[in-house]
This record gives sequence, C-alpha cells and structure tokens, in this order.
Amino acid sequence: MEFNQNFILGCSAIGAGLAVIAGIGPGIGQGIAAGHAAAAVGRNPGAKSDITSTMLLGQAVAETTGLYGLLIAMLLLFVKPLV
Amino acid sequence: MGQGILLSGGADIDFMVHGIFSYEIFGQTVWITTTHVCVLIVFLLIIGFCLAANRAVKKADDVPKGFQNVVELIVEMLDGMVKSTMGKNATKFANYIGTIFIFILISNISGLFGLRPPTADYGVTLALGVMTFSIIHFNKFKHQHISGVIKGLCDPWPIWAPINIIGDVAVPISLSLRLFANVLSGTVMMALVYGLLSWIATAWPAVLHVYFDLFSGAIQTYVFCMLTMTYVTDAIGES
Repeated sequence: MEFNQNFILGCSAIGAGLAVIAGIGPGIGQGIAAGHAAAAVGRNPGAKSDITSTMLLGQAVAETTGLYGLLIAMLLLFVKPLV
Repeated sequence: MGQGILLSGGADIDFMVHGIFSYEIFGQTVWITTTHVCVLIVFLLIIGFCLAANRAVKKADDVPKGFQNVVELIVEMLDGMVKSTMGKNATKFANYIGTIFIFILISNISGLFGLRPPTADYGVTLALGVMTFSIIHFNKFKHQHISGVIKGLCDPWPIWAPINIIGDVAVPISLSLRLFANVLSGTVMMALVYGLLSWIATAWPAVLHVYFDLFSGAIQTYVFCMLTMTYVTDAIGES
C-alpha cells in the first residue's frame, strides 16, 4: 500500500514534467508572431501601436495551449487525482 | 500541499484556496472560502469608487477637473475599446463589457495588495465564461432566429453538427481556462519565489509583480473582453 502510493506520486511527478513540455509550442508560436511583428514595424513604422496590440492579443491567445499543459501538471502535483 | 515542495524545505508556500467556515444546506456541506472574501473586497472597492464617481458626475462642470477627469477618462477609454471592435452594436454592449473589464482588471491586480486574486479560482472565471456564453447564444437566437441557428450548426454539411456543437461548448471553457490558468500561474510563481527564495527575496520580486500581476493581468483582461466582443459580433451577424 505504502509502496504503491509512493510509486504513483513519483509517476505523477514525471507526468507533470512531461505535461509542461507543452510549453514548447506556444514558445515557438509567440516567437514567430513577434518576429513577424518586428518585420511589420520595419516596413511600416507609423502603425507601430496597432501592430503591437495585435501581436500581444495573438500571443495571449496562442499561450492557451501551453497553459493547458501547465494546468495538467498542477492537477497532477497538487490535487493528486490518481493517489 | 505537494510532498515534493515540502521536501525541498519551504514549508510556508501557500497558494491554495482555504475554507473559512462551512455550513449545511440541503444536506450538502458548503464552504465559505478565501475566494468569497477576496471577491467581496473587490466588490466593495468597485462600489466605493462607483459612489464617488456618481457624486462627482452629479455636480459635473463643463470643464472637468480632478476626479471627474479620471472618471471621464475611464468611461471614454472603455467606450472607445467597445466601439472599435463592435461598430454599430457598441451602445448595447458597452455596459456589460465595461463591467466585466473593470471587475477582471481589479481582480487580477489585487495580487499586488496581498489578496489571492479571485480570478485564480476556477469558480469565478467559469461564471464569467458562462455569462459570455449566455449572451452569445441569446443574441444568436434573437438575430438569426431558429432557422439561422440550425443552418449555422449544419455548416458545411449536416453530418458536421456534433463537431459544431462541441465547438460551441468549448467557447466558455477555453475563455475561462485561459484567464484562470494565466492568473494561477502568476500566483503560483509568486508563492514559489516568496516561499523557496525567502532568504534573498528582498525588493527584486517587485519586478515579477509588475510582470505577473500588472502586465499579464491587464493583457488577459483585454483578451477576455476582446474575445467576448468578437464572439457576440459574430453571433449578431450581418442583419
């Protein structure tokens, strides 16, 4: 019983670590968005404020999938549904 | 509390919701939690501001000065934001969008004042998401009528209807989870800094507060309102 619980806790920690690998995707996506925004500002410096707000909105939406991974990790570590 | 964090030495890491007292209703145990208290504090703050604003506007001058200036600035900013996204439908929705904007913004930055942000509790954000969901579908039925809604569900073919329904139901869930997870990640980060690095945590966590509470909170508020406006405009259609 004791061993089983500790085994499940350890596996939950590994699972939490694997879940936050989901952060790679939004990282790449946000980088691409920022790069294109920089290019757009270079082409049209007058529209800088519009470009910045559009970029931030898009990045915040793109972040969501990474946050789902974070949420799974949090659930595994703190709520411990499997123990 | 996770065993792993306890093992690493910081025993006073605390970012969970705590119950304050419980009572029985219809055979169920219901807890009054710290979230209720924080929401109450945020409400009192907003109500106090509203009363002050009401008094300032009642004896308004043609040339605004002092507090009246601040109130007019806030109202004009919110109206401009709604107008730039919703166009001719803006007047009907400026109230709702302004209300949730102010509530979410004050909730998000309340972490600065030592509260646990109410939006870091899924109960609060799910309620906001469900409110947006009801408004979207009320307007969909009002402006597109039953035939339009059914036509929208069977787009492009009737066999896609289940997928479209899943897409509709996913809207409030993704809206609320986005806000919740963003604020929660900031809260957890600050709790880890103060709990695990307490021996060097002097002054420099202020920078993290500016990012996690102010910047991230403001962006997520903007995103929530922006998406709400986009969905509602989409539901009203071109009628």
